[in-house]
Amino acid sequence: MMLRTLIVALMLALPAAAAELRGTGDLGVAVERTTGSLLVLDRSEHAAIGRVEGLGDLSHASVVFSPDERHAFVFGRDGGLTKVDILTQDIVGRVMQAGNSIGGAISDDGTLVAVSNYEPGGVRVFDAATLAPVADIPTGSRTLGLVDVPGRRFVFSLWDAGETWVADFSGGPEPAITKITGIGANPYDALVTANGRTYIAGLFGEDGLAEIDLWQEPLRARRILDGYAKDDPALPVYKMPHLEGWALAGERFALPAIGRHEVLWMDARSFEEVGRTAVHGQPVFAVARPDGRQVWVNFAHPDNDTVQVIDTLSGEIVHELKPGPAVLHMEFAPRGNEVWISVRDANRIDVYDTASFEKIAEIPAESPSGIFFTARAHRTGL
Amino acid sequence: MPERLVALLLAAATVPAAASGLPPGRAAELETLVRQDCGACHGITLAGGLGSDIRPAALAARTPEGLAAVILDGIPGTAMPPWRPLISPEDADWIARYLLEDEE
Ligand code: HEC
Repeated sequence: MMLRTLIVALMLALPAAAAELRGTGDLGVAVERTTGSLLVLDRSEHAAIGRVEGLGDLSHASVVFSPDERHAFVFGRDGGLTKVDILTQDIVGRVMQAGNSIGGAISDDGTLVAVSNYEPGGVRVFDAATLAPVADIPTGSRTLGLVDVPGRRFVFSLWDAGETWVADFSGGPEPAITKITGIGANPYDALVTANGRTYIAGLFGEDGLAEIDLWQEPLRARRILDGYAKDDPALPVYKMPHLEGWALAGERFALPAIGRHEVLWMDARSFEEVGRTAVHGQPVFAVARPDGRQVWVNFAHPDNDTVQVIDTLSGEIVHELKPGPAVLHMEFAPRGNEVWISVRDANRIDVYDTASFEKIAEIPAESPSGIFFTARAHRTGL
Repeated sequence: MPERLVALLLAAATVPAAASGLPPGRAAELETLVRQDCGACHGITLAGGLGSDIRPAALAARTPEGLAAVILDGIPGTAMPPWRPLISPEDADWIARYLLEDEE
């Protein structure tokens, strides 16, 4: 009798969470840009399992994850930095750190979160545990293309000044700054390769890109794909391509050409152009499936209802789909078997099998944009 | 009384479209274009990003005609693209007035 009472009492005292003990490796989030909310996604269930609200202006928002894949750091357009516990689906920290910001990164050791800002320019760095300010790096310029690289470092570029800076926090909270000047006019976004070695900035004001080998001393920028568009003038650009997705597919990079209906192929060692694939519109993302066998491409307005799939070996388009109005983002399952596609104006996330191209699931979402799976926690530069 | 109020509100809500002579439904499409596609550079609240702040206060000194011209032809040498390939002069006119009037 006593024992039974005790057991019942114990059961009542145990938090509900114990019954729902679970991992986070198959979870992710989708940004709902107009409602300022985050949808929590379950890859195994092909379902949304919750919504976290109150994150402010999330147009162009991006997300990084803590090393334990439990917390998502959400970088809002309005300068808000929000830390969300994706298990309890609560906001556990939030700072308004600037007036207008554009993405962030988490250090390799998971202790620092950095945000790049348009207004005021520069980068602000916070303690990942508490969101307390750690460092403020004014640049006097709209700052973007922020990535993490090994050695507790962040790399970012200055739109107005045409520079790339490296902030090294290996010595503590006071960063050592290295400036690479004269990389070219108006860098608009950047990527770093998965090994953290090569930083490539797209240049809006130039017919080419800037490449920096982070393994070489002293650091310097080299112009690559110089004059790739010189033969005929570029079309008007209605949306800046994203370089984060620039894909290393086998021994070649697939890059969205700016102002052209083309994906460019670049040799990963020589950085020479080795081909082009004509595509449906101006590419926004050209992302490789994690194994590098396919590159999936979405497009700028007015062609943003379409996705094309390029076979990496042949460089040919092997499939085209029309998921619906305003395809904004594509995120692969970590092993590449599925791709999740946000279709903003259909208020839906579609899940496709990447081998058969069959649609597996549709998940309702409010104006979804970026989709981010927790596996990103273990990738450099994402 | 409430009906009058509703009618008034409805009338107020449709003024920009009604004043422009755009085909039905076009105003709503253009509003989405401004928020989402202009918003890609200017921010969804139009407070600025890579593109400048284009909220009414920032554009106070501008005429609708001048703004419509900027929208149609872009600003050469900058990232502001010409929209003429995608929208009509009437559309640009509506957007210019919408930018100047929008209360946010
Ligand atoms: C690809 C990026 C991009 C897109 C998309 C874009 N703009 Fe711009 N826009 C800019 C930039 C950059 C400037 C500032 C140019 C400069 O340096 O003067 C600008 C400037 C402007 C200006 C002039 C502001 C002033 O004070 O002179 C107006 C008006 C404007 N944009 C309206 C629009 C509208 C309306 C749309 C959508 C139909 C749009 N823009 C879409 C990048 C963009």
